Amino acid sequence: MTLDLYFDYVIFPILTISVILIFIRLFKGPEVVDRVIALDLIITVGTALITAYSIRSGQAIFLDVAMILALIAFLGTIAFSFYLDKKG
Amino acid sequence: MKDIFIAIFSTFGSLAILFASIGILRMPDFYLRLSVTVKAATLGVGFLLAGAAIAFPDVSVTTKAMAIAFFLVLTAPVAAHMIGRTAYHTGIRTWKGTIMDELKEKKSSDDTKKAAIKEDDKTNGLV
Repeated sequence: MTLDLYFDYVIFPILTISVILIFIRLFKGPEVVDRVIALDLIITVGTALITAYSIRSGQAIFLDVAMILALIAFLGTIAFSFYLDKKG
Repeated sequence: MKDIFIAIFSTFGSLAILFASIGILRMPDFYLRLSVTVKAATLGVGFLLAGAAIAFPDVSVTTKAMAIAFFLVLTAPVAAHMIGRTAYHTGIRTWKGTIMDELKEKKSSDDTKKAAIKEDDKTNGLV
C-alpha cells in the first residue's frame, strides 16, 4: 500500500466525515454562537484538508493557502463575537 | 521509513479532527463544545503539519508549517475565549451537570458591593 493510496482511502474520508458531522451541528445549532464555532471548526478542518492534499499531490505551495485560511478563520470568529457583543 | 512517519502523523491528526467533530456534535452544552473542539482540532492540524514538514525535504516548507502551527496555537485560544465571553454575556445557559460558575458568583458579589457603596453614598448625602 503506497502513501498515495493510504491518503486517498483513509485520511481524506476521515476528514470528509468530520466536515459532514460539523455541518450537521451548523444546521442544528440551537444558538448563533454554536453556528459560529461550527464555522470556525470547518475552516480549521479545511486547513487540515489543504495540508493533507499538499502532502498527497507533492505541491508545497498549497501550504500558503492553508496559512491564509487560518488567518481568515481567526478574523471571522473575532468579528462575529464583536458584533454579537454589540447586539447585547 | 519516511512514508511510515508521514502515515503515522497524518493518521493521528485526522483522528484528532474526527474526535473533535464527534465532540461538537454530541456534547450537551455550548461551553463543552467550545472546549472540546478548539483543543482537539488544533492538535490535529498540528500533527498534519508535522507530516507535511517531514514529507517535503525543504527548509522553507518546514518553516511554513511551523509558522502555521504557531499561528493556530496563538490564535485559537484567543478566539475561543472571546466567543465564550460573548456567549456568557448574551445569556447562553450551562447544562444541568455544571456544578460551578465562578463568573456568576463574582458578578453577584460585585453587584452587592456596588449596591453597598451606593447605599453609603446615600447615607453620607453625596448623591
